[in-house]
Amino acid sequence: MPKVTVDGVEIEVPQGATVLQACELAGKEIPRFCYHERLSIAGNCRMCLVEVAPGPPKPQASCALPAADGQTIKTDTPMVKKAREGVMEFLLINHPLDCPICDQGGECDLQDQAMAYGRGHSRFDENKRAVDDKYFGPIVKTAMTRCIQCTRCVRFAEEVAGTPTIGMLFRGEDEQITTYLEGAFNSELSGNLVDLCPVGALLSRPYSFEARPWELKKVPGIDVMDAVGTNIRMDVRGRQVMRILPRINDAVNEEWAHDKTRHHVDALVRGRLDRPWVREKGKLREAGWGEALDVFARQFKKAGNKVAAIAGDLLDAETMFAAKALLAGAGSTLIEGRQTGLDYDVSSLGAVRFNTPLADLENADLIMLVGTNPRWEAPLVNTRLRKAVRRGAKVFAIGPEVDLTYKVEWLGQDLSLLGKLPQVVADAIKSASKPVVIVGPGALGGGALGAALAASGDFIKDGWNGFNVLHTAASRMASLLLGYAQKGGIADIEEAKPELVILLGADEVPAANFSSAFKVYIGHHGDNGAAQADLVLPGAAYAEKHGTYVNIEGRVQRSERATFAPGEAREDWTILRALSDLIGKPLPFDRFDQLRAAMIAEVPVLGIDGIINMPWAPPKLKADASGPVSYPIKDFYLTNAICRASPTMHRCSEELVQGREYLEAAE
Amino acid sequence: MLADKDRIFTNLYGFQSPDLKAAQQRGDWDKTADLMKIGQDEIIEVVKASGLRGRGGAGFPTGMKWSFMPKAPTPGRPNFLVINADESEPGSCKDREILRHDPHKLVEGALIAGFAMRARAGYIYVRGEFIVETEALRKAVAEAYEAGLLGKNAAGSGYDFDLFVHRGAGAYICGEETAMLESLEGKPGKPRLKPPFPAGAGLYGCPTTVNNVESIAVVPTILRRGAAWFKSFGRENNSGTKLFQISGHVNKPTVVEEAMSISFRELIDTHAGGIRGGWDNLLAVIPGGSSVPLVPAAQIMDAPMDFDGLKELGSGLGTAAVIVMDKSTDIVRAISRISYFYKHESCGQCTPCREGTGWMWRVMERLREGEGDVGMIDRLYDVTKQVEGHTICALGDAAAWPIQGLIRHFRPELERRIAERHGMQEAAE
Repeated sequence: MPKVTVDGVEIEVPQGATVLQACELAGKEIPRFCYHERLSIAGNCRMCLVEVAPGPPKPQASCALPAADGQTIKTDTPMVKKAREGVMEFLLINHPLDCPICDQGGECDLQDQAMAYGRGHSRFDENKRAVDDKYFGPIVKTAMTRCIQCTRCVRFAEEVAGTPTIGMLFRGEDEQITTYLEGAFNSELSGNLVDLCPVGALLSRPYSFEARPWELKKVPGIDVMDAVGTNIRMDVRGRQVMRILPRINDAVNEEWAHDKTRHHVDALVRGRLDRPWVREKGKLREAGWGEALDVFARQFKKAGNKVAAIAGDLLDAETMFAAKALLAGAGSTLIEGRQTGLDYDVSSLGAVRFNTPLADLENADLIMLVGTNPRWEAPLVNTRLRKAVRRGAKVFAIGPEVDLTYKVEWLGQDLSLLGKLPQVVADAIKSASKPVVIVGPGALGGGALGAALAASGDFIKDGWNGFNVLHTAASRMASLLLGYAQKGGIADIEEAKPELVILLGADEVPAANFSSAFKVYIGHHGDNGAAQADLVLPGAAYAEKHGTYVNIEGRVQRSERATFAPGEAREDWTILRALSDLIGKPLPFDRFDQLRAAMIAEVPVLGIDGIINMPWAPPKLKADASGPVSYPIKDFYLTNAICRASPTMHRCSEELVQGREYLEAAE
Repeated sequence: MLADKDRIFTNLYGFQSPDLKAAQQRGDWDKTADLMKIGQDEIIEVVKASGLRGRGGAGFPTGMKWSFMPKAPTPGRPNFLVINADESEPGSCKDREILRHDPHKLVEGALIAGFAMRARAGYIYVRGEFIVETEALRKAVAEAYEAGLLGKNAAGSGYDFDLFVHRGAGAYICGEETAMLESLEGKPGKPRLKPPFPAGAGLYGCPTTVNNVESIAVVPTILRRGAAWFKSFGRENNSGTKLFQISGHVNKPTVVEEAMSISFRELIDTHAGGIRGGWDNLLAVIPGGSSVPLVPAAQIMDAPMDFDGLKELGSGLGTAAVIVMDKSTDIVRAISRISYFYKHESCGQCTPCREGTGWMWRVMERLREGEGDVGMIDRLYDVTKQVEGHTICALGDAAAWPIQGLIRHFRPELERRIAERHGMQEAAE
């Protein structure tokens, strides 16, 4: 490991580190604009200049210079100070002085670094350059005059997102960033551009002029838009979540979040259920809590043990546990979470989870996709796969061809291929050292879990389990841990002919199948579930309650309450707790921490931090899957009740999925 | 004056045909295989011994540059030779004469140089505006292939070498070696960060050497006539003959091959017919193409025209593109025009050059009119210092130096203009 001296302090740095990284290890802050840890090095902003000996007698760009043994690095000399001031002055001469009306204000790298490294006055007497704004699509708003040509967006589009449609036009001071033919940046990761842009050139369109960063309370949470468990930060002003940003977690989402995670947020104040509704003569009418709970209690008592609960995709573990406890009191175990009728075997949870840690995915050298479209089912899994491909991994896939942003060899659409892979593919899998298979919801729906498990032997090596099942519901792993799985899936529940069905935010289940039952919907948005229910009780969305979530890997994570549910809506578990009083069998928890403690007492693994240890003991299942496979997600932007209430998501869907053209209103 | 027998470029003016037959009559392709027989490292030694310094402007010893190339390239990662024929420096016009009148000198040189540095292939990157020149070069390469002088067993030497001609699209920055590699690869011509240097990772990531046309074209003659012969011209460390390109206010502008270290006065009087209006009328000279600082008349008149001599004057030999300016020149406007050129040609990749070149040009335009105050001159000088040495490639330096030269030598002129305009304004009020 090379030893370098930074401002007189000798430190050892890892092999391959740059001078900039060495300075950071030594605790020195190096200003930068173009450099970003997760992108390739451009070295073009010249802000990170430092003095390095041995070397030419001029300052060096530290981001691009490898740290070598015996280097003496100086970051605080007059030469470095002058160089930084000079570069800062150049960046500012053509940057507009519109900070007071710029959304980046308060969290702007340029602003911050101008304060720290700038000269504090201007010597520029000429006119400033103006640049036409470009259209980047429904998520990203542009103010291109502010652009400092750092090319972070260009590199992100090419390297991470895999949709290389952003580029630089012209040259010299006429350079302009644009998308190809000024079309929308067609990526499910476009919101990250806004975070990456060090100035206010690329901004969030839905969040335009909504809030200032210093007004916001920041609450850590877990995303429920897919099953990856992206770590998020909810920025709250008053009672409203204004925006959602990713938190850095290298084991899960690195520092990315997809557009659904970020921009469903406008739906948290739209289409909400904010008071109870009772169905009367076929029509829902507003009701008070007293009346609604009375109806609920009457129906609950009447149903006896013929009561079922169906968990929705966005649910936290605590709510599911409370409902399970409630039903247990009535002597019922009719609980199920797989709303769309999946009935895969769950006797060993290790066989239905993502066994490869997400961070290890990028080391895979062979990837086999079975009935999965990871770009839509879990975009942040797809970025990991893309990384692996960039490192040389080969990808084979069974399923309809879609653009996954990397090269895929499509083997066909029929699941029977699993049992008879072409010889070259089989050989490639055998010779790979870190092969990965991902069984997606399409394959699970086609009943191919058994066939995939039968073929899983080649994907399991010493210290490497490459067998992965990809779920799309944030609640899935927790619901399986809590026993929300009947042997025959939802069909078993239908067969049991329950008299009362509690839909816990379950909007995807065809409620008409329970025509004879009284249906109670407890949830937050007026969507399919509420429309078909006989009684609607307003609950809390994920941002409005504390909760435990388990992601596809089996990683237990906890989300915090950012704000309160609107109107008369209550946190879901309190509704169940109130009902339990009315039916005379009070649940044994009065506060949330008691509920969580009771849940952990019953399912101890939900109390841990990190990945649950699930032994690899695949069950022997029928291995004769056949028939064409399809992907259940037909529209990435409209997969759950929250998204469907979001104008931004509808706009994305229309423009990016359906291909409708939008013109800028002002033009 | 250089004797005719010692000229390397014997068809510089195109009095004879550029084709293969005529070239062979002039001595090109004469027993090339025998020249190569002495061995690869020996060729490099001869070039080192000859003292040949790169003719593209920087003056880096050519033999040493070649010796950086890996001695045992792998088939998956071959060595490449790239020849820089993107001659775009204002004032410079030597490579085009070689390309259109004596292309076989270059093609033969490419084979020998490519052989010496163990290159699998060579690429000649020709400036986009050189249409006739590209045609002539393509014809020469085709002739060489047809005669078995290139390709498999090139010139009967047993060495396989391919040569490709690539025409650029007319960007000055593609003359920078790493921008040229980017452009050859089909990307926008934007210079790469160094390290890694091209000899480690160049064209398509393979070891690459980039040489100027003239550097390559003189190599066969050096091998034929010996390193000592080449070294006998010029002062120590500045040996050889050189194509000087004399333009501007001389009576007979010309391109001429002369011995290095010839004095400026002799060069002009012998070949360019003297200064327009006599030596007293000389104002200043830009001795090496637009990117080197100008030298005022008194200092240049008897200075030796070579790398070290001009460096002592705070300028440089560059490509030996001598731009002569007499006293009718608006010197501020001349330098301002050069600033505009660099503003126009900046690739825009890195901040100081992208923002600084435009700023410098705009201030130069003000100074031309005498606008502003005397402090503006100092601010401009400070800005040039902020650009110089802070950029990825040397274009930032090239944009800064002419202005620094102007301020160094002609500050009184700048101040005079400001004072004059100030006076006029006061009179008007």
